[in-house]
Parts: sequence; C-alpha cells; structure tokens
Amino acid sequence: MNKKSKINMWDFLFQNKVVLMFLVLCIGATIASKQPLTFVIPELFTRIARNSFIVLSLIIPVIAGMGLNFGIVIGAMAAQVAIFFTTYWGLTGFGGFAATVALSTPIAVFFGFLVGKLFNYMKGNEMIGGLVLGYFAEGLYQLLFLFIFGGVIKLNNSDLMIVTGVGVKNTIDLKDTVKYALDTVPMLTIVEVGFYLILIGLVCSTAFKMVKKQEVDVKATVIKAAAAVVVYGLTFIKPVERFLSADRLLLLSAVELGCLVTVLWQAFLFVRWKAQSRRADEDSVSEPFNTQKAIAYVVLAAVVYGLTYVPALYNVLIAVRLPVMTYLCIGALCGFNNILMKTRLGQNMRTVGQSRTVANAAGINVDKTRVIAMIFSTVLASWGQLIFLQNVGTLSTYGAHTQVGQFAIAALLVGGASVQNATNKQALLGIVLFHTLFIVSPLAGKELFGDPAIGEYFRVFVSYGVIAMSLAMHAWKKAAKPKIESDGDGNAEAA
Amino acid sequence: MRNPLKPLVEKFGLPRVIIVSFFLFLIAAAGMFHMNLMQLLSDCLRRWGMYGILALAMVPAVQCGIGLNFGISMGIVGGLLGGLIVIQFRVAEMPSLVAVHPLFAMWVAVLLAIVIGVVLATGIGYLYGLLLNRVKGSEMTVTTYVGFSIIAFMNMMWMLLPFTDGELIWPNAGKGLRNTISLAASFSNVMNKTLAFTVAGVTVPTGLLLFFFLMCFLVWLFMRSKTGMAMGAAGANPMFATAAGINVNKMRIIGTVLSTVLAAVGILVYAQGFGFIQLYNGPMMMGFTSVAAVLIGGASPKKARITHVLIGTFLFQGIMALGLPVANQFIPESNLSEVARLIISNGIIIYALSQVKGGSGRE
Amino acid sequence: MEKEKETYVLKMDNIAKEYYGNRVLKGVNLHIRPGEIHALMGENGAGKSTLMNILFGMPVIHTTGGYEGTIEVNGNAVNIDTPLKAMELGIGMVHQEFMLIPGFSVTENIKVGREKSVPNLASRVFGPSMESLDFKAMRKDARKALKTIGLQIEEYVKVAGLPVGYMQFIEIARELDKTGIQILVFDEPTAVLTESEAERLLEAMRVISSQGIAIIFITHRLDEVMAVADSMTILRDGEFVARKEIKDTNVVEIAELMIGRKMEKLVDDAGEDSRSIDESQIAVSLRDYKVNMPGEQVKGIDLDIRKGEIFGIGGLAGQGKLGIPNGIMGLYKAQGQVKINGEVLNLTKLGDALDHKVAFVSEDRRGVGLLLDESIEQNIIFSAMQTNGKFLKKIGWMRLYDGAAGKSHAEEMVKTLDIRCTGIKQPAGALSGGNQQKVCLARALTLEPDILFVSEPTRGIDIGAKKLVLEYLAKLNREQGMTVIIVSSELMELRSVADRIGIISDGKLACILKPDDSDADFGLAMSGAWKGGRKDA
Repeated sequence: MNKKSKINMWDFLFQNKVVLMFLVLCIGATIASKQPLTFVIPELFTRIARNSFIVLSLIIPVIAGMGLNFGIVIGAMAAQVAIFFTTYWGLTGFGGFAATVALSTPIAVFFGFLVGKLFNYMKGNEMIGGLVLGYFAEGLYQLLFLFIFGGVIKLNNSDLMIVTGVGVKNTIDLKDTVKYALDTVPMLTIVEVGFYLILIGLVCSTAFKMVKKQEVDVKATVIKAAAAVVVYGLTFIKPVERFLSADRLLLLSAVELGCLVTVLWQAFLFVRWKAQSRRADEDSVSEPFNTQKAIAYVVLAAVVYGLTYVPALYNVLIAVRLPVMTYLCIGALCGFNNILMKTRLGQNMRTVGQSRTVANAAGINVDKTRVIAMIFSTVLASWGQLIFLQNVGTLSTYGAHTQVGQFAIAALLVGGASVQNATNKQALLGIVLFHTLFIVSPLAGKELFGDPAIGEYFRVFVSYGVIAMSLAMHAWKKAAKPKIESDGDGNAEAA
Repeated sequence: MRNPLKPLVEKFGLPRVIIVSFFLFLIAAAGMFHMNLMQLLSDCLRRWGMYGILALAMVPAVQCGIGLNFGISMGIVGGLLGGLIVIQFRVAEMPSLVAVHPLFAMWVAVLLAIVIGVVLATGIGYLYGLLLNRVKGSEMTVTTYVGFSIIAFMNMMWMLLPFTDGELIWPNAGKGLRNTISLAASFSNVMNKTLAFTVAGVTVPTGLLLFFFLMCFLVWLFMRSKTGMAMGAAGANPMFATAAGINVNKMRIIGTVLSTVLAAVGILVYAQGFGFIQLYNGPMMMGFTSVAAVLIGGASPKKARITHVLIGTFLFQGIMALGLPVANQFIPESNLSEVARLIISNGIIIYALSQVKGGSGRE
Repeated sequence: MEKEKETYVLKMDNIAKEYYGNRVLKGVNLHIRPGEIHALMGENGAGKSTLMNILFGMPVIHTTGGYEGTIEVNGNAVNIDTPLKAMELGIGMVHQEFMLIPGFSVTENIKVGREKSVPNLASRVFGPSMESLDFKAMRKDARKALKTIGLQIEEYVKVAGLPVGYMQFIEIARELDKTGIQILVFDEPTAVLTESEAERLLEAMRVISSQGIAIIFITHRLDEVMAVADSMTILRDGEFVARKEIKDTNVVEIAELMIGRKMEKLVDDAGEDSRSIDESQIAVSLRDYKVNMPGEQVKGIDLDIRKGEIFGIGGLAGQGKLGIPNGIMGLYKAQGQVKINGEVLNLTKLGDALDHKVAFVSEDRRGVGLLLDESIEQNIIFSAMQTNGKFLKKIGWMRLYDGAAGKSHAEEMVKTLDIRCTGIKQPAGALSGGNQQKVCLARALTLEPDILFVSEPTRGIDIGAKKLVLEYLAKLNREQGMTVIIVSSELMELRSVADRIGIISDGKLACILKPDDSDADFGLAMSGAWKGGRKDA
C-alpha cells in the first residue's frame, strides 16, 4: 500500500514535470530578485486580470484538435480595429466599452470564419499556418492603419492621426475613454444587473415552455426567483450596500468570502442530500454526499481563514485590490468553457478533436465544427484583448497584438497543457507561473548578472523555449505511434 | 479559351502570377516616375547575391525530406559567431596580410569567418538533425519554434559571451555585444567590391555573384553525387530509399547539416554585403524570408531546385529593391514596402501550406 | 436460378459496377432474409467491398458513375445514394478497423454523433446544437445496447484500456443502438480477435440475429461460416457464383466454388524446360521467421526455396504473405534466421539482402517501388548505383553520376522490356501501371540478382501486360537460372508459372502445393482449414 502510493507520487511528479520545473524557477527567481511579496503579488494579480481571458480563449481549439491557436493574434487585431473606431467616435466609459465589444464581435466572427476556412485547407499544419497567418494579417493590419486610415478613409482627428493625416499614431491614449471601464464597475451594479438578468431568464424560459406546451416546473422556478430576490434584498442593508458600492475587492475580503462560501456550499449540499434521501428515490439522488470531502473542505476553509491572521500574509492580502467585474468575466469564461463541453456542439468538438475519421463516420460535419471552434476562439480572443487594453489604458497601435499569441500560448503550456489537452485549471495555473516569471526575471537578472536585460531575454527565451519543447514533444509522440493507416490503404487497394 | 490567364494560374499558382505581375508593375512604375532604372537594377543584383545563399539553404533541406527549414537561424547563429571571432582577433588588420593587399586581408578574414561558421554549423546541424528525425511529419512547426528559441537563447549569450573588442561591445562600459556591429574595419563589402565593374550605369558585384554561383554549383554537384542522389530519394520517398538499402535518417541528417552550413555561409555573405552584423532579434525572421524566396521561385515543401532559388530570390529581392523608392513616390517616407514584404512573404508561405493536402498525410 | 417464394429484407439484383472502364462487378445478386446470418465469400478482388460500398451509398461509387441493377429493402425499390440514406434504411456496418475514440467513455462512443440532449435557454436562442447533453438517458441507452449483446462492462469506463475484443463489441452496440436497424454488416470481424474472443463474437451474432436483425458476414474463415451462417453467397472475379443454404453444402464444395478453375492459361509456353533443380541447393532458407509488418504479420515460418525454381507464395490479403519479402529486404522489422545461398542474413543491417544479390519488386509500386517525380532513367539505375556503385565516375574525391552510362543502360532496358514511354526522361509517375511495373522490374534486374522477389507482379495492370510480365519472369528463370519468388494474391498466375506454391494463412505456412493440385485443396488451405497443419512437398 505504502509502496503503491510512492509510485503514484513519482507518476504525479513526472506527469507534472513542466509545472514543477516552472514552480521551482519562479520561486528561485523571486528569491533572487530580492523583491518583497507585497510588490510581486499585487503586480501578479493585475496581470492575471489582464491576461487570463485571452489565455482561456485558447482552450476551445485545443479541444477541437486544432492545436495551439496562433491565430488569436487576429482576434486581437479585431479588438484593436474596434477600439480605434470607438475612440474615434468618442465613446467613453462602460457604455463605450460595451460598444467596443459589440463592434469587435462581428469583426472577430468574420475573421474567425476566414481563419477556420483556411485551416481546413491545412489540416495537421494549423499551428505553423496560424503563426504565418498572424504575420500575414500583421501586414494587412499595418496597411489598414498606416495607409487606408487617412489615406483612403478620411479621418480628421489630430489626437489619433499622424500630422500628415495619413496613418494612425503609434500610441492611442485610452485614459479618457475606456480605461478601467470594466474594472471599475461597482459590485452593487453587478448584483443589480445580475438580478434582473436572472429574472428575465426565468420569465423567458417559462414563457417559452408555455408556448411550446411543455411542462413547467413551477416550484423550481419560484424557488430560483425567490433566491434571487433574497440576494438582491440583502443589498439594501446599509453595511452590505456600503461594502458593495466599491468597485475593487480587497484580496483579504475575497479570501474571507471564499472561505464563507465554501462552508455555506457544503452545508447546502448536506441539507439537499438530507432532503433527497428522505424521499428515498433512488434515481433522483444525483451524487451521494461525501462526508470526508465535505469535512476536508470546511477544515481547509478554516485553515485558510486562520492564515489571513499571519502578519506577512495579511500585509500582502490588504495590498491587493481585485477588479471585480474583470475577475467575474474570467470566471464566466471558465464556466462557459465547461458548459460548452456538455452541449451537443461541445461533444462534437471533442469528437472531432479526438478523431476526424470517427467524427466523419458518425455524421458530424468536421469542417463546420472546426470553423465554429475557430470563431469562438477568435471572438473570445478579441474580448480578451479588450479587457487587456482597458486595464493598460494605452493602445500601442502597432505593437499591442504582436506578442499576444506567443505569450498566451506559452502561459498555457507552462501550466501543463499540451497541444492536445488543455483545461481551465492549466490555463490559470500557467498564467500565475508565467507572469510571476515575467515580473521577477528582469529584477533577478539585475541582481544576478548586473543587467536587467538578461532577465528580459531570459523570459522571452522561456516563452519560445516552452513552446518549442511542447511542439517537439507532441510531434515526437505522433511520430512514434505505429502507422496503421498505411496498412489500411494497402487493404483498400487489395480489395 | 475565355480566360487566357487560367492555364497560367493553374501552372504557377495564383500568388506567383500576382507576384510576377507586381514585379512588372513596379518596373513600369519606376520607369514612369523617371527613376534611375540602372541604379535600381544594381540594387537588385546586390540583394540577389546577398540573400541568395540563405535561400539556397532550403534546397538540401527540402530535398532530404525535412521540408522548408524555418530554423536556419541555427546555422545563422554559427555564422555570426564565426564573424565575431574574426573581428575579435582583428584578422583583417593583421599587418602581414594587409601587406599583400588590403582586399586580400579582408578575403582571408571573411573566409576564416566562414570556416569557423561552417565548423560550428556542422555541429549544431547534426544535433538539429537528430531532433528532426524524431519529429517526422511536423518538421515545419518544430523548426520554426526551435529557430525562434535559439535566437532568444543567443540573445542571452550575446550579453554573456566574453568578447572584448571595442568594435563589438557597447561603449561606455555597457554590458554585452552591440546590436549592430560595423564591419568597416574587417570585411565589409569584400565580395561586392572584388572585380566589380559598372556597365551602362549598372554596377555588377562580380565577386559576390561568383561566390553565390559557386555555392549553387557545389550544391548542384552534390545533388548529382551518389550521396546526393540517395538523399534526394530519401526525401522524395523514404520507403523507396529504404528498399534500396539507404539509411533514411542518416540522409536526413546530412541534408539538415548541409542546410545549416549553407545558412552559416549565407549570413556572412549577407553581412559583408550589408556592412554590418546584426545580432539579437535581427536574424529572427531570416528563415521566413528565405522560405518565401524559394517558394516564389516555384518550390514547394516537397521539391526545391536551384533554379527556384535563383528565380525566387531575384524576384523577391527585386520587389524589395524596387518597392521602397516606388512606394516613396506614392506616399513619401512611408514603410509601405515593409508592409508589402510582410504580405508577400507570409502570403506565399500560407499558400504553399494550404497546398500540402492532408498535412503530409501522416496524422 | 431457383426462385423462392420468400420475403427478403434485402434484395440486390444484377448489380454491376465499372471503375474507369474496369468491370469489377458483373451482375451480382445478394438476397438476405430477415434475421438470418448470411456469409458473403470470395477471394480478394472478388467484389465484396465494392458490393458493400454500393449498399452503403459510399461517395466513391457515385463519383465514379454509379452502379447498375436494383436494390430492394423490405420489398420496396430504393436508391441509396448517400451513407445517410443507408443509415435511415436501417443498414449498419461494424468496421474492421475500430471507429472508436480511446479517450471517450463507452457511452460516449456508443452515442457518438447521436447524442441525446435536452433544450435549454441557450439552445432556444442559438439552435439545437447548444442543447445540453442528457448523460442519464445516454447511459441508459448504452446499458441497453450492451445488454443485448451480453457484454458485461460498465458503460462509464474509458475505451482506452479495454481489450481489443471488447472494442468490437462496443462497435456492435453502437450499431444496435441506432433505431430501426435491420441489416448489420460485419466486415471480417474476427481478423483481429483471439480465438476465444472470436468465439464470443459469433455467439453475439447469433443473439443479434435471433432478434430479427439480418447479418451479412464477410469472412474468409470457412469454419466460422459453417458454425454460424444460415446461408451464403459466393462471388468470384466480380461474378455471382452461387447462393447456398449452409445445410445443403460442405466445406469442400465451398472451397471449390471460391477458387474455381479458369481454363485460360496465363503463360503460353515458357520455352523448353531444361532446368535441373537440385533438392540440396537451397537459395532461401527461413527458420522461425517473423515479420512485424502491420496488417501482414508473419508469425513464424520455416521454408526452403530451392535454387533455380520459381516459387509462388499465395494466400489471402492480410494473412502475412507480403510480410515475407518485405522483412527480408529490411522494410519492416524481422526476426528469426534467414539464409541466402547458405549465408546468414543480418536482418538488422539495412541493405544486407541487396548485398547478398537479392532483389525485390515491391507490391506497393507507387509507395515503395518508384520515385514518381523522377525520370525513368533515374528509377532504373538508382538501386544499382547505390548498392553496386554502378554508373558512377570519379572526379577528384567525388563520385558523380555518370549520365552517359546511365542513359545507355536505361535505353537498353526500355527496349528489352518494351516500356512504352516518350523517352527515358519521362517521369515514372506518368506511365501506365504495366509500364511502371516494368520499370520496377528493370531496376531490380539492373542489380543483377541471384534471387528475385516479385510481390504482386500483376496488381492493377491490364491482361496483356500481365502476360508479358509473367512470361518475362519465366524467361529469366529458364535462361539465366535466376531463382524467382512470386508473391501474389492471384492463384491463377501462381499456378501458371510457379513450380511449387506455398500458401500462407494467419502468418504461418499452411502447406506447399503443386500447381495442379485440386481447387478444393487450395481453397481449404487459404481459408484457414489447415492452420499450420498439412505439409507436403
């Protein structure tokens, strides 16, 4: 028994070697950089908020078997075209941001469609194709921003255009337009809007069922609505209202809330299980209540809560202020990735990703599914780029998108993902590790070699190196597989 | 017979027809603007020789079966190191050599740099070949990123390597090698100047072109030798080669080494023509430029000939040489030609990739 | 033909099909009663696959001009033009190569492409593809299908770790899960199974047919046919031979019907036979010889081939006959002892067979045999140049191709073998099949071999060229004393030229027969009735 668990541990270490290696590297570099955690951690959370969305947008193509989507650069370009126009029109604030999203989406859908179509012509070469396509699109993008804007389409705005009137300036300041548009949505507004959305959803769903003469589960609907009302009602309590009126959430509060929610959730599961087992209906008990697991969660929550009283950690926790809406968006995308895989479309994507032959034989339209996956990814990437830009606050017209694919993919791989397998967890873990390295490596380079440039070169090398390694490992595995296909051809010919 | 262009498009592929038309358009435009065509032609010739050997590096790679070698940066790094070592020891300024003739000293310097580069590239290429034999079927994807990685890795090395010569390192006690290193004191333009002559306003860089043609001839000769033919067969049909008792993996390594070595030579020839050695991210996209050149010349990921190199490099570099001044006539001080370079070079690569049906059939 | 007053679930009548002027089916009938197991038998190339492709409305049929004849399902004439149509009519197929996804659970594999789902808010807006999957209902269906065939596995386990035998069952379960399935085609289902697994599969087939689902059982194994089938149809060379009830026939009769004696002789007269074959002079000797060639595994063969004879190696596709020469030439991993003219061959050393003056003409002309983009000249001289260093001239330290020598040799070869081409610079890929084969032969002969392996010499070439190639092989043997080993799926040609014929079945040597042995003997040997058994010289 003991021996077995030991072997399992080795397996675990071996399977997670990339993650572990980067964990060690991050810790080492952080120590070498001699920076306090109160500097590194807040910086890290800023970067997580900025970059997570676009990394998560890579997951769908991986599942659909198209590998790492180097074409997300094109999604980023769609976002930048959109943000250029909304800035030109002078749209500001959250409304301006929403308009930018609304404008970038159809552009990204169109681009994603084209990319998907092209990728269907180069099955098996999607990754190199996506990379080259990114450079190709870069050319078109420059053509658009340098010559067509102002040259063909007359635009009069001295803030945006070069003095000659042809071509867009190198940087566009978003400070007065959409900077922090998403980050600064107050929690109160989020709860309010969420409440109305849930109500509308429930009403629509019920109405639809009634029109179609389907059975309506009145009880469940009423309970859901009541729960929503209760939560909304809570916001009218003064201290809660005051707490929620802020737009940033202290990390300390977030941790405390997290602990509280964990305990409450376990309690809810327990109550539900009790209620269901009383009915003693075998089929409706979805999963048995796992007491051990529940206790473990509660204890964990308690321990985490206790740790917040450690002074060193406390200092860090009060130094970080999370932009709530942005983190909610990231969470929503994680949820979306999961839910999508439980739909018919998601299952088709998984099937196509695993084997195009089987998918074809099962009557799934392989090419169409792949195009849809690309559209999803491109649109999500464009939204991700918008989240990034509203947080950074300036648009570097000719540079903001160039490294997007490179760094997002490297982050995903650092988290332990591969060409054929990627999950939300790997993406988030990868972002944490990769960006920690990004923050500390120039400083570590300065401390160790007396020059921050070495650290900068090192992190670039890491991002290229991890991609190269991952691609090579994938190709290696693929080449090592026995080729049964050729034999199949032989038989076909013989028959 | 309705569309006379159709057979042309079918034979050469739409992008090539567009590129050739574009080239002709540029010549016409240059003529219309009364530009000095002769001077532009000189520029074309100079660029042809400079970029030619880098594009030539694709021939053994494609012929041995690894496909378009986006990773020629592996060899470029070797060549750069050779150049740096020669400058460090100031070979071109050695009194005994200069005494014979200054040009002779420069030739010794550049040839020495090439020899060092070739030796280094052989070693790198061998290791690179071993890697490529393990990733059969996905070489292009892997080579691209391995190429990027080596450049990023060398960025660190350029900071750390113990070069001391004032020409090489940053002045004012900075750390590491310079971004751009002037070759004025070593072998700048040595090939271009040798036996150069001017006819009717066209300057012909005889030495450069002769060296380029010599390299082409050597590769051609190799492809006709027993080993070269075995290598070609291994690339075209590995099973056929195996049936003839040829070790396919060995042939692939030979091709990779040869490609890497040619890249090392190519970058030095490029550097001497340019007058500077570019370090750091300078050579990052060299692989793409070279791949695009042979593709424009009519090569495919499965077949590349020396004629493809000659035609492709001339066309591609011709467009670059003509593009800048012509574009400036339209929109002054613009980098329209840079945009054109991005679109043309990457467009032709995408076209070539989309023609490889079913991803080399080894999924 | 007797006309029975019976109801048929499937009636295919006078089916004919042409591929590019090559008639592969010449008026075939296939009648299946509901709930019966019907064996479809015939040699390779008899037309079974084409017939099934027609039944399934495969695109390959309809892009090449469709077919002739009528198909009736349940008495109604139907036109099956897409695989979807076949599915709707309740015709299913259990593939030989598994159409399963290892990373998916059994349920997911059974329901692939036909998932059950329930609508949700998103699906009402964006359409049914956004419906959420109903895993509970899917699991229930999967359990039901698995129960039908009596497979005891949990429906939620992943397919990846399951034994091969189970995978076949999951495939069957998937077909059974399709609503309204009436006819199920099993394409050589037992080829990849162990004996006990095959036994279970046959049992499952009986269970399925007892529920009223008709089964078309494509197989080469006579014992299996006798064990489970109710009736059978035999095809030969695209022609309908017979439909028999199993209870009215026996193994020997079936074997005879499958092989059939064709009176035409492929080789007119191979010149006078002045050879004297010495029993003790062994050209090729195999001991416990195994080759790991996917799909053509050789599983331990002992065989002696005498010097100067023409030896035929026959057997059905997939039984391992092709593995024999491919292993010797080093194209696939081989083990065991191989002696060439008494010298032991080093099977791990590439090209060792070539050094022992063994030449090989591959069955895969376009894949292995030729450099399609290169000229005829290149193709002919290549092996000899690489192996024997011919056609090279030395300049300095370099050994360059001697164009003049190569050209004259190639031209000579083109003349001798009558290769029809525009010139020796024509790319080999542009030639017709027969001429390509001659180029392959020319290359092998340029090596000046003692022993020549020719694999499927007449595959895909027309009758005239066929005759020429075979006659030339016989001539080589008679005039130059070359030991020729012909590996072929076509018994006819082996029986026309070979002195002895070894039949390979299931990776082993079933027996060695003489060309004039009876059809039944050949049929039985090829159908695995004598697995590794009977041996006579």
